[in-house]
Amino acid sequence: MDRIVPVPSRNLMPERDLYKAPVLECINLGISFGGLKAVEDFNIALGPTEISGLIGPNGAGKTTVFNLLTKVYQPTTGTILLNGKDTHAMDTAAVSRAGIARTFQNIRLFGSLTVEENITVALNRQFSYSTLSGILRTPKFRREEKAAHERALELLSIFGMESLADVKAGSLPYGAQRRLEITRALATEPKVLLLDEPAAGMNPSETAELMENIRCIRDRFQIAVLLIEHDMNLVMNICEVIGVLNFGRIIAKGTPAQIQANPAVIEAYLGKGKEGKDENDSKN
Amino acid sequence: MKKQANAARRDFHTLGALILIFAALWIAQSAGALSYTARSMLIPVCCWCLMAISLNLTVGILGELSLGHAGFMSVGAFAGVSVCQLLRVWLGWSDLPALLLSLVAAALAAALVGLLIGLPVLRLRGDYLAIVTLAFGQIIMSVLGNLYFGLSDGSPVFSLIRPISYGESKVEIIRGPTGMTNLPKLTTFPLAFVVLLLCLIVIFNLIRSRTGRAIMALRDNRIAAESIGINVTANKLLVFSLSAAMAGMAGVLYTFNQGTVTASKFDYNQSIMVLVFVVLGGLGSMRGSLIAAALLTILSTLLNEFSSYRMLIYALVLIAVMLLTNNEAAKRRLASLIPRRKAVPLGERGKGGKENG
Amino acid sequence: MAFLNNLINGISLGSIYAIIALGYTMVYGIAKMLNFAHGDVIMIGSYVCFFACTSGSLPPAVGVLLAVLVCTALGVLIERLAYRPLRQAVSLAVLITAIGMSYLLQSMAQILWSPNTKGFSSILEGNFSLAGGQIVVKYITILTIAACIVIMAALTAFTEKTKMGKAMRACSEDRGAAQLMGINVDTTISITFAIGSALAAIAGVLLCSAYPSLSPTTGSLPGIKAFTAAVFGGIGSIPGAFLGGLLLGVIEVLAQAYISTELSTAIVFLVLIVVLLVRPAGILGKSVQEKV
Repeated sequence: MDRIVPVPSRNLMPERDLYKAPVLECINLGISFGGLKAVEDFNIALGPTEISGLIGPNGAGKTTVFNLLTKVYQPTTGTILLNGKDTHAMDTAAVSRAGIARTFQNIRLFGSLTVEENITVALNRQFSYSTLSGILRTPKFRREEKAAHERALELLSIFGMESLADVKAGSLPYGAQRRLEITRALATEPKVLLLDEPAAGMNPSETAELMENIRCIRDRFQIAVLLIEHDMNLVMNICEVIGVLNFGRIIAKGTPAQIQANPAVIEAYLGKGKEGKDENDSKN
Repeated sequence: MKKQANAARRDFHTLGALILIFAALWIAQSAGALSYTARSMLIPVCCWCLMAISLNLTVGILGELSLGHAGFMSVGAFAGVSVCQLLRVWLGWSDLPALLLSLVAAALAAALVGLLIGLPVLRLRGDYLAIVTLAFGQIIMSVLGNLYFGLSDGSPVFSLIRPISYGESKVEIIRGPTGMTNLPKLTTFPLAFVVLLLCLIVIFNLIRSRTGRAIMALRDNRIAAESIGINVTANKLLVFSLSAAMAGMAGVLYTFNQGTVTASKFDYNQSIMVLVFVVLGGLGSMRGSLIAAALLTILSTLLNEFSSYRMLIYALVLIAVMLLTNNEAAKRRLASLIPRRKAVPLGERGKGGKENG
Repeated sequence: MAFLNNLINGISLGSIYAIIALGYTMVYGIAKMLNFAHGDVIMIGSYVCFFACTSGSLPPAVGVLLAVLVCTALGVLIERLAYRPLRQAVSLAVLITAIGMSYLLQSMAQILWSPNTKGFSSILEGNFSLAGGQIVVKYITILTIAACIVIMAALTAFTEKTKMGKAMRACSEDRGAAQLMGINVDTTISITFAIGSALAAIAGVLLCSAYPSLSPTTGSLPGIKAFTAAVFGGIGSIPGAFLGGLLLGVIEVLAQAYISTELSTAIVFLVLIVVLLVRPAGILGKSVQEKV
């Protein structure tokens, strides 16, 4: 009898992650809204420390993919495996606890909480005290709250935001809000970090800093990052693998160099013929 | 941490001020320095303060509009008074232990109903939720208004709609539309105050714990809260039942002070009155709720003498305060008159200026 | 036969709820506010008609017309004085102001016309019987149902066909965009309040004709029930208010007749809750999902 051997899938992964199981895998993932297939046949595998990008024209279904991964929408077809475990029965909160964290395109912070509280509220794994011991202020409560405070400051130091700890999140400037949202996502101790347009609204120097930070975060926390971004400079610089989405389907996958040279991608972005306009240039 | 320390200090000040006010009033009461009207207001003020802070937990901290809070109060009142009367009359308990146990029973009964009402809350939002809580309040009112309960020949009897035909010995406790009458005035001012104080401490500690942060995160942004692993169902149900439990206790204290109470006393007007306390005092601000509830209860009792103009004045005060604190132009004019006043009670949501103290 | 009688009464009560609910739903659709004072405008309308017909001994038709005029003016005035300054405020502030307005109207009625209940004589007396006297129908019942159908048809035509109606729909869809398209939002909202309050006056007269007692709190419970009806049908939707009102009236009367008079209100609200659990946005309402 023959030995069963793994066949290389069409997914790409950095070499260092090759012999590790993918942390996140999507198999034929799809969703339709009343007949309209917003995403279909979506297949990816993320290595445990891989930085990947998802690009595509507006309305291609990129954010929908994030919403599927985090179960804001329930997929109509396909499977999501997180560390090999099917997330089918999980809701958004359970997926988060299982290890997928995300940021949002339109920033969603807890505006009336302080910066520090925005982090501590996400530190689920740090806490084991019950609501009752919170009300009774038990020693355990005090101990854990103190540890959480220190942990929050440590996380805030990633983006140098310790001094803002007591500011209401809603009154932060835009760039700081984006950074706080990433920090909050990290506070849940994810295995996969999904960033939805992290550089939107940032100037080139802020973007450059952000790029550096994303790399640092990956190195320090040893997590996979999947990001949606229109800033091609950022995508081509930090992503190891890029998937291109158009009309809900992946039309190309490869290294930044391969993507830049792929005719299907150029067509999706620029349209057929020579008079196409690059809408993303005007966006950036 | 500084901000949190400030918040904790503010809580502490609120509690301290409350205790001082209580001590002063208690001494004055014991020395016989309070007028009849003032004495008669002490316990109702505690009850309405308790109602206001418990509703503020739902409306201000969780951010769900509820128009049926008086329903929980009446569930607590009817359940608690029944338990207390049974213990006293049937089992021969003395007053204080019976009253304390009935407070627990009232809290449990109201929490259970709160849980029941909390379930649809998970599916509904905004005005739809408001109307459902209002509907629940009205349902509770009409069921309790048609409930009969008493002891017939030493055993408890229930009946809905039809009055009970009692045997030889009878103890009537709930009498349908007539409600509960001739109850002993068991509630004392210190007891009402201690219950209020304990509930306030529970709320403060809850808000400053991880559960409280999770609840406020849900209020600020539900989708983001879910995305960081906060369980919407558990937290919402917790708040609804806790808030109901406190209202239930307020119901028992209130009823054992009034001596007579009917179910129709707890209609939606009563719920709305408590909501008015909360909104005027400032959403999420427990201190504000206490002040607004106390002042308005006193105001409405004092205006009792001019009964026909009472509601008119109350209405005008309400409209004037809302217009002055929420209209941009009026706010600016007000701010220029009083330079150092900040923290306008309403309209802070989403702008990040909410006080939780 | 008793069932048929009950059904007719239910439809009649439902028609009144529907007329009130139309006012609620239009105001809610456009101003996005719960106008708690709407029920009390009904009461004011009834009083105006009552005094016009008794003290002024005017014919009922003139009394109704007078009530409509007074209520229209009152509705516009309330909006102008109390709600317009709060256009930018959070919805809870507007809600509390509306509650204050409701108290204000009730207390003014109490001071002006005493809190005692007055006997309202129907604007249309008499009845006819069908099926050999087994079914007795009052003329006012027929008038009520007819009025509801006419109002419903007229309102639908108004919002679909006229320029002002289209402006209203635009405002309810997106106030900011409507403003950018040159629609005067303030005027549109004023007109909505005018229409809603005029309907409230008609509903008030019909309500007091069917249930002939009038006091300062007459409008409050029917107001709440009509609002429930609007939610039931899907708030913001005109056919929804119509359907919700009719259903609510029929359920209430049938529950009174066959289950329990005492618990009929509870049953009505219970049905509302069940409907909302199955359809969270009401029967004809569209549920809007938050975009992530």
